[in-house]
Amino acid sequence: MSDIPLLDASGVAKNFGAVKALTDAKLTLSKGQVIALMGANGAGKSTFVKILTGALKPTAGRVLIRGQEARVGSPAEAQRSGLVPVYQEPSLIPDLNVADNLTLGNTPVQAFRNWVEELGIESLKLTDMISDLPLATLRILDLARALAAQPDVLLLDEMTAALPTDLVDNVLKTVRKQADAGMGVIYISHRFTEISDLCDNATVLRDGCTVGELPIEPGVEDRAVELMLGAKLALGKRHTGVALRSEGTPQLAARGLASAPKLSDVSFDLFAGEVLGVVALEGQGQDELFDLLAGITPPTGGTLSVDSTVASFNHPSDAIARGITYVPGNRTDALLLQRSVRENIALPFAARVGDWGPLNRSMERDRVNYAIEKLQIDTRAQDEVQRLSGGNQQKVTIARWIAKGVKTLLLFDPTRGIDVRTKRQIYPLVRELAEQGAAVLMYTSELEEIPLACDRCMVIFNGRVVDMIDAKDADEQTLMRAAYGLTEVA
Amino acid sequence: MTQMKKHAWVISLAVLLAVLLALTKIIQPGFGASGIESLARAALPFGFATSGMAVVIIAGGIDLSVASMMAVCAVTTAVLMERIAGVPAVIIVLLAGVAMGAINGLLIVLTKVPDIVVTLAMLFVWEGVALLILSSPGGSTADWLQGTIRGSLIFFWLPKAFLIIAMVLALLWWPLQRTKLGLSIYAIGSDELAAFRSGISIGPTKVAAYAICGLFCAFGGLSLAALTGIGEPVPGPYLMASIAAVVLGGVVLGGGKGGLLGPLLAVFVLRIIRTLLTLMAVDPNVTTIVEGVIMVGVVMLGTALTLKGTRK
Repeated sequence: MSDIPLLDASGVAKNFGAVKALTDAKLTLSKGQVIALMGANGAGKSTFVKILTGALKPTAGRVLIRGQEARVGSPAEAQRSGLVPVYQEPSLIPDLNVADNLTLGNTPVQAFRNWVEELGIESLKLTDMISDLPLATLRILDLARALAAQPDVLLLDEMTAALPTDLVDNVLKTVRKQADAGMGVIYISHRFTEISDLCDNATVLRDGCTVGELPIEPGVEDRAVELMLGAKLALGKRHTGVALRSEGTPQLAARGLASAPKLSDVSFDLFAGEVLGVVALEGQGQDELFDLLAGITPPTGGTLSVDSTVASFNHPSDAIARGITYVPGNRTDALLLQRSVRENIALPFAARVGDWGPLNRSMERDRVNYAIEKLQIDTRAQDEVQRLSGGNQQKVTIARWIAKGVKTLLLFDPTRGIDVRTKRQIYPLVRELAEQGAAVLMYTSELEEIPLACDRCMVIFNGRVVDMIDAKDADEQTLMRAAYGLTEVA
Repeated sequence: MTQMKKHAWVISLAVLLAVLLALTKIIQPGFGASGIESLARAALPFGFATSGMAVVIIAGGIDLSVASMMAVCAVTTAVLMERIAGVPAVIIVLLAGVAMGAINGLLIVLTKVPDIVVTLAMLFVWEGVALLILSSPGGSTADWLQGTIRGSLIFFWLPKAFLIIAMVLALLWWPLQRTKLGLSIYAIGSDELAAFRSGISIGPTKVAAYAICGLFCAFGGLSLAALTGIGEPVPGPYLMASIAAVVLGGVVLGGGKGGLLGPLLAVFVLRIIRTLLTLMAVDPNVTTIVEGVIMVGVVMLGTALTLKGTRK
């Protein structure tokens, strides 16, 4: 009887249109086992989790729960078959109080209260509105609600990311105790220390496939990192790091920048003519950092200087006025999708504050033509940017700044979701901007890009800078270890 | 404490209403029981349209077809009552309202077309249906139905029309709020993803919210027929007025917050402002400007106060 695993998923595949998010994922979970599900950004972890919990239907493959073919078409059905997830973001209704939320999810109140207490939240009242509670408390309530449903399989997705250390300890202890009592747990985390404290095994995903199942033992970190990286397609010639221009004044200098609660302490200097990479796993505070630098949100601490005078931004236009240009990760945030390629590239000329007069068409045309040629943008579908491929759209977002000229450029994941060929065109562009004298700060979710485009890179983990690595030393092993906070111990 | 915060808006509206009533009494010393009675009677169809609108807005949607659905129900009442005068006619109308609302909801859920587009289209569809049933104002309404909303009860300060609204609140809305369906309606309006993850079936809840809206529109249609004694196929000015009252009543466009009491109070506030301006002999063309300015002012004030509350 105990041979039958609690959860047995195999051959799971999922296509989104032409994109294969998962090709062959598998995972086996037995009673009393805690399994870490690992993988680099984009490996297919979150798609796999959504399939296991019924939020998505797989294209192929099967999921057996206790040996039975499971039909998990919705979160409600998954819960009925004994699988309860705790997602990365709180899943409580913000405008209802705690008691109403429990009623909605059919959660037994007494069991819930016991778990809340055991997890270390003391002053909770059932009449508290969810929207009034701090994020850390909400994470604990999510977990307590899941535990109160007495699941056979508990799935924790980045559960500890927003928690202070004492609560993390409580969570780990409680989950371990439940596992010892027979519960099966799937644990997703970027933190190796938590994984080695809690888990028995690790299942590693890469490019939509399960590439390894490892027992957790000393030294497993290196093996896991190796598996997560695998052999990658060569993306082009490695950039052989220019001499660091650290003399002179930095174009952008950050000292102890913070944005509660995600970003706690970031300091760096960014000089003209260099590309500084930012490496971070998802949700380590990089989004907040770029929002700060672009003037979208004000910092909760620290100072930012532009050309050695202190800058405080209240509005993106303040940042733009100081020469800071932000290209967001989500292309659709940056482009006017219904307008033409030309208009999009020329937009910065027209968008000067206080200048709503006639456009200088001829100057605009020359510079736009130059940019289009330079980037080899496919202009066949130029009437509406939304009909371009993702890669060409991305080129338009960068082309705009080549046409206009740029002083400080913030690039957030410029190559997300675009093909290898376009990527190869984008790195030299970024380099060229730097050589023309721009200072570029570039976050990328793909580690192999760092040595190709950057001079050096800073690694952010858990809201602070944990490492600064020169491009010549920045192989993927080193970067991945740093991104997982493993250098912090050393 | 949170209870206070939750009810602050409703309490302020009640105070505002009392002030306006007092002001009316000062300007027009003759304003008394009969004035209040006619005010309540005129407010009745607005009250029902607003209740229906409030429910779908709380659920995170919007229904632009409320006035058309009311017209369908009004003409259905007038036509039916020429043949069957009794309660069965009323029940048929109520069912028709629920059915129309459910059709709106089903179209939104099944086609995944945005609610504002679907209900805009249905505004025309239901308007056409009303004209098919009765191409020009006509039919008749039973005397007993007209009697239910005319006049006041023994305490002459309590108009029957007012009592009907209170009964709908007490018998329909408050019990509903205490069911899982009621909570689910708030939940999908508050955060649809979180609601889905809490195991709520989003589609059926949405359809139910629109069906409830249809039910309120049926009550609205009945009250229209009772007020005029006939059926009028052309929709009245209830769409914008109901959205205005919902917003003024403390329901957040976008969903999840508020209730029915606030919007209903807001209906009376908006009606009495209109009466007051007429009494003060304000140019009728200026009246709507004043109403608009008051609405913007109240909503801005409310938002400012709420923001101040959350920053603390």
